[in-house]
Amino acid sequence: MTDTTEICLRLGGTSAEVRAALSRLMAQPRLAGDADFRQRLEIVLAEVLNNIVEHAYPTVPGRIDLQLAACAAGMTCRIADQGLPMPGLEAPLGLSPSLGGANLPEGGFGWFLIRSLCTELQYRRDAEGNELTLIVPWRQ
Amino acid sequence: MNLHAKTLADTLLVEVEEDRIDAACAIQFKDRMRELVAKAEGRVLIDMARVRFLDSSGLGAVVAVMKLLGPERRLELAGLTPAVDKVFRLTRMDSVFRIHPDLPAALREAG
Repeated sequence: MTDTTEICLRLGGTSAEVRAALSRLMAQPRLAGDADFRQRLEIVLAEVLNNIVEHAYPTVPGRIDLQLAACAAGMTCRIADQGLPMPGLEAPLGLSPSLGGANLPEGGFGWFLIRSLCTELQYRRDAEGNELTLIVPWRQ
Repeated sequence: MNLHAKTLADTLLVEVEEDRIDAACAIQFKDRMRELVAKAEGRVLIDMARVRFLDSSGLGAVVAVMKLLGPERRLELAGLTPAVDKVFRLTRMDSVFRIHPDLPAALREAG
Protein backbone atom coordinates (compact mmCIF):
# COMPACT_ATOMS: atom_id res chain seq x y z
CA MET A 1 0.00 0.00 0.00
CA THR A 2 1.62 3.25 -1.13
CA ASP A 3 -1.16 5.72 -0.43
CA THR A 4 -0.16 7.39 2.82
CA THR A 5 -2.75 10.18 2.81
CA GLU A 6 -4.67 10.40 5.98
CA ILE A 7 -8.35 9.97 6.52
CA CYS A 8 -9.68 12.31 9.22
CA LEU A 9 -13.10 12.11 10.76
CA ARG A 10 -14.72 14.03 13.57
CA LEU A 11 -17.78 12.70 15.32
CA GLY A 12 -19.88 13.25 18.41
CA GLY A 13 -19.73 10.78 21.26
CA THR A 14 -22.98 8.87 20.79
CA SER A 15 -23.50 5.30 19.61
CA ALA A 16 -25.63 6.58 16.71
CA GLU A 17 -22.80 8.84 15.54
CA VAL A 18 -20.30 6.00 15.88
CA ARG A 19 -22.47 3.89 13.62
CA ALA A 20 -22.80 6.69 11.06
CA ALA A 21 -19.05 7.47 11.17
CA LEU A 22 -18.13 3.81 10.62
CA SER A 23 -20.41 3.54 7.64
CA ARG A 24 -18.91 6.75 6.16
CA LEU A 25 -15.43 5.47 6.82
CA MET A 26 -15.92 1.97 5.45
CA ALA A 27 -17.36 3.47 2.26
CA GLN A 28 -14.07 5.29 1.59
CA PRO A 29 -12.58 4.10 -1.72
CA ARG A 30 -9.13 4.04 -0.08
CA LEU A 31 -10.34 1.32 2.26
CA ALA A 32 -11.76 -0.81 -0.53
CA GLY A 33 -10.02 -4.10 -1.08
CA ASP A 34 -9.20 -6.89 1.31
CA ALA A 35 -12.45 -7.87 3.04
CA ASP A 36 -10.70 -9.55 5.98
CA PHE A 37 -8.70 -6.39 6.76
CA ARG A 38 -11.81 -4.20 6.49
CA GLN A 39 -13.71 -6.43 8.90
CA ARG A 40 -10.89 -6.33 11.46
CA LEU A 41 -10.56 -2.55 11.11
CA GLU A 42 -14.30 -2.02 11.59
CA ILE A 43 -14.42 -4.28 14.64
CA VAL A 44 -11.45 -2.50 16.29
CA LEU A 45 -12.78 1.00 15.59
CA ALA A 46 -16.31 0.12 16.69
CA GLU A 47 -14.98 -1.18 20.02
CA VAL A 48 -12.64 1.78 20.61
CA LEU A 49 -15.26 4.39 19.68
CA ASN A 50 -18.08 2.78 21.66
CA ASN A 51 -15.79 2.52 24.69
CA ILE A 52 -15.21 6.27 24.46
CA VAL A 53 -18.96 6.89 24.22
CA GLU A 54 -19.63 4.69 27.22
CA HIS A 55 -16.69 5.42 29.52
CA ALA A 56 -15.02 8.72 28.51
CA TYR A 57 -18.31 10.53 27.92
CA PRO A 58 -20.72 8.75 30.30
CA THR A 59 -22.97 11.76 30.86
CA VAL A 60 -22.37 14.46 28.27
CA PRO A 61 -21.34 13.41 24.77
CA GLY A 62 -18.19 15.15 23.55
CA ARG A 63 -16.07 15.15 20.48
CA ILE A 64 -14.04 12.27 19.05
CA ASP A 65 -11.34 12.75 16.41
CA LEU A 66 -10.25 9.84 14.32
CA GLN A 67 -7.21 9.80 12.05
CA LEU A 68 -6.20 6.90 9.85
CA ALA A 69 -2.93 6.65 7.95
CA ALA A 70 -1.48 3.71 6.06
CA CYS A 71 1.96 2.46 7.09
CA ALA A 72 4.02 -0.56 6.11
CA ALA A 73 2.59 -2.78 8.82
CA GLY A 74 -1.02 -1.76 8.47
CA MET A 75 -3.38 1.08 9.15
CA THR A 76 -2.30 3.39 11.96
CA CYS A 77 -5.34 4.67 13.82
CA ARG A 78 -5.24 7.63 16.18
CA ILE A 79 -8.34 8.24 18.26
CA ALA A 80 -8.58 11.31 20.49
CA ASP A 81 -11.25 12.53 22.90
CA GLN A 82 -11.58 15.07 25.70
CA GLY A 83 -13.44 12.82 28.07
CA LEU A 84 -12.63 11.05 31.32
CA PRO A 85 -9.27 9.27 31.56
CA MET A 86 -8.97 5.52 31.42
CA PRO A 87 -8.93 3.93 34.90
CA GLY A 88 -5.37 3.85 36.25
CA LEU A 89 -4.27 5.87 33.20
CA GLU A 90 -3.76 2.62 31.35
CA ALA A 91 -5.53 0.91 28.51
CA PRO A 92 -7.22 -2.27 29.79
CA LEU A 93 -5.37 -5.53 29.17
CA GLY A 94 -8.48 -7.08 27.68
CA LEU A 95 -8.01 -10.54 29.08
CA SER A 96 -10.30 -13.17 27.66
CA PRO A 97 -13.51 -13.40 29.71
CA SER A 98 -13.96 -16.89 31.12
CA LEU A 99 -16.59 -18.94 29.31
CA GLY A 100 -16.57 -21.67 31.93
CA GLY A 101 -19.27 -22.00 34.54
CA ALA A 102 -23.00 -21.43 34.39
CA ASN A 103 -22.94 -17.65 34.24
CA LEU A 104 -21.71 -16.64 30.81
CA PRO A 105 -20.30 -13.12 30.55
CA GLU A 106 -22.39 -10.59 28.61
CA GLY A 107 -19.61 -8.00 28.55
CA GLY A 108 -15.87 -7.59 28.76
CA PHE A 109 -15.26 -8.62 25.17
CA GLY A 110 -14.53 -5.17 23.78
CA TRP A 111 -10.93 -4.76 24.91
CA PHE A 112 -10.25 -8.42 24.28
CA LEU A 113 -11.27 -7.92 20.63
CA ILE A 114 -9.21 -4.72 20.33
CA ARG A 115 -6.09 -6.38 21.78
CA SER A 116 -6.60 -9.46 19.60
CA LEU A 117 -6.85 -7.52 16.36
CA CYS A 118 -4.26 -4.75 16.68
CA THR A 119 -0.60 -4.16 17.47
CA GLU A 120 1.46 -1.27 18.86
CA LEU A 121 -1.35 -0.04 21.07
CA GLN A 122 -0.43 3.04 23.05
CA TYR A 123 -2.51 5.18 25.36
CA ARG A 124 -1.58 8.69 26.36
CA ARG A 125 -3.38 11.08 28.69
CA ASP A 126 -2.45 14.75 28.67
CA ALA A 127 -4.10 18.11 29.21
CA GLU A 128 -5.89 17.74 25.89
CA GLY A 129 -7.55 14.47 26.91
CA ASN A 130 -7.10 10.87 25.79
CA GLU A 131 -5.18 9.67 22.79
CA LEU A 132 -5.06 6.08 21.66
CA THR A 133 -2.88 4.93 18.78
CA LEU A 134 -2.82 1.45 17.35
CA ILE A 135 -2.11 -0.43 14.16
CA VAL A 136 -4.51 -2.81 12.48
CA PRO A 137 -2.19 -5.05 10.45
CA TRP A 138 -2.87 -5.60 6.74
CA ARG A 139 -2.70 -9.33 7.32
CA GLN A 140 -3.33 -11.43 10.37
CA MET B 1 -35.06 -3.17 15.47
CA ASN B 2 -36.65 -5.25 12.77
CA LEU B 3 -37.06 -8.87 13.76
CA HIS B 4 -39.35 -11.21 11.89
CA ALA B 5 -40.53 -14.24 13.85
CA LYS B 6 -42.34 -17.38 12.71
CA THR B 7 -42.95 -20.80 14.19
CA LEU B 8 -41.80 -23.84 12.24
CA ALA B 9 -42.70 -27.12 13.98
CA ASP B 10 -40.97 -26.89 17.37
CA THR B 11 -38.70 -24.01 16.37
CA LEU B 12 -39.20 -20.29 16.81
CA LEU B 13 -37.33 -18.81 13.86
CA VAL B 14 -36.29 -15.17 14.22
CA GLU B 15 -34.89 -13.46 11.14
CA VAL B 16 -32.89 -10.35 11.93
CA GLU B 17 -33.79 -7.79 9.29
CA GLU B 18 -31.04 -5.34 10.18
CA ASP B 19 -27.52 -5.09 8.87
CA ARG B 20 -25.99 -4.38 12.29
CA ILE B 21 -26.39 -5.52 15.88
CA ASP B 22 -24.22 -2.92 17.58
CA ALA B 23 -24.04 -0.62 20.59
CA ALA B 24 -26.71 1.61 19.03
CA CYS B 25 -29.34 -1.15 18.98
CA ALA B 26 -28.20 -3.97 21.29
CA ILE B 27 -30.75 -3.08 23.97
CA GLN B 28 -33.61 -2.96 21.46
CA PHE B 29 -32.50 -6.34 20.09
CA LYS B 30 -32.55 -7.85 23.58
CA ASP B 31 -35.94 -6.32 24.44
CA ARG B 32 -37.59 -7.45 21.18
CA MET B 33 -36.13 -10.94 21.56
CA ARG B 34 -37.44 -11.11 25.12
CA GLU B 35 -40.98 -10.38 23.85
CA LEU B 36 -40.73 -12.93 21.05
CA VAL B 37 -39.34 -15.82 23.10
CA ALA B 38 -41.91 -15.24 25.84
CA LYS B 39 -44.70 -15.97 23.33
CA ALA B 40 -43.23 -19.28 22.19
CA GLU B 41 -41.82 -22.52 23.52
CA GLY B 42 -38.96 -24.79 22.52
CA ARG B 43 -35.94 -24.19 20.34
CA VAL B 44 -35.09 -20.64 19.22
CA LEU B 45 -33.17 -20.15 16.00
CA ILE B 46 -31.84 -16.74 14.98
CA ASP B 47 -31.09 -16.25 11.29
CA MET B 48 -28.26 -13.73 11.08
CA ALA B 49 -27.71 -13.90 7.32
CA ARG B 50 -28.64 -10.23 6.86
CA VAL B 51 -26.41 -9.03 9.73
CA ARG B 52 -23.17 -7.74 8.25
CA PHE B 53 -21.67 -6.45 11.50
CA LEU B 54 -21.88 -7.26 15.20
CA ASP B 55 -19.80 -5.66 17.96
CA SER B 56 -19.20 -6.70 21.57
CA SER B 57 -22.47 -5.05 22.66
CA GLY B 58 -24.32 -7.09 20.05
CA LEU B 59 -22.52 -10.23 21.19
CA GLY B 60 -23.49 -9.46 24.80
CA ALA B 61 -27.12 -9.09 23.73
CA VAL B 62 -27.10 -12.51 22.02
CA VAL B 63 -25.59 -14.05 25.18
CA ALA B 64 -28.26 -12.31 27.26
CA VAL B 65 -31.01 -13.83 25.10
CA MET B 66 -29.55 -17.28 25.63
CA LYS B 67 -29.46 -16.73 29.36
CA LEU B 68 -33.06 -15.56 29.53
CA LEU B 69 -34.15 -18.75 27.75
CA GLY B 70 -32.83 -20.74 30.68
CA PRO B 71 -31.27 -24.21 30.60
CA GLU B 72 -34.38 -25.92 29.16
CA ARG B 73 -34.47 -24.11 25.83
CA ARG B 74 -31.80 -23.98 23.16
CA LEU B 75 -30.66 -20.89 21.30
CA GLU B 76 -29.09 -21.62 17.94
CA LEU B 77 -27.70 -19.33 15.27
CA ALA B 78 -27.55 -19.60 11.51
CA GLY B 79 -25.98 -17.69 8.64
CA LEU B 80 -23.10 -15.86 10.31
CA THR B 81 -21.54 -13.46 7.82
CA PRO B 82 -17.71 -13.11 7.85
CA ALA B 83 -17.35 -10.16 10.28
CA VAL B 84 -19.94 -11.64 12.66
CA ASP B 85 -18.24 -15.02 12.47
CA LYS B 86 -14.90 -13.37 13.38
CA VAL B 87 -16.33 -11.91 16.58
CA PHE B 88 -17.81 -15.26 17.60
CA ARG B 89 -14.58 -17.13 16.82
CA LEU B 90 -12.19 -14.66 18.47
CA THR B 91 -14.21 -14.61 21.69
CA ARG B 92 -14.65 -18.40 21.47
CA MET B 93 -18.41 -17.89 21.67
CA ASP B 94 -18.60 -20.24 18.68
CA SER B 95 -18.03 -23.01 21.22
CA VAL B 96 -20.97 -21.87 23.34
CA PHE B 97 -23.65 -21.60 20.66
CA ARG B 98 -24.81 -24.21 18.18
CA ILE B 99 -24.01 -22.44 14.90
CA HIS B 100 -25.38 -23.62 11.56
CA PRO B 101 -23.85 -22.55 8.24
CA ASP B 102 -27.21 -21.43 6.90
CA LEU B 103 -30.94 -21.60 7.48
CA PRO B 104 -31.70 -24.75 5.44
CA ALA B 105 -29.00 -26.64 7.38
CA ALA B 106 -30.46 -25.43 10.67
CA LEU B 107 -33.99 -26.40 9.72
CA ARG B 108 -33.01 -29.87 8.48
CA GLU B 109 -31.96 -30.62 12.01
CA ALA B 110 -34.89 -31.55 14.22
CA GLY B 111 -35.16 -29.46 17.35
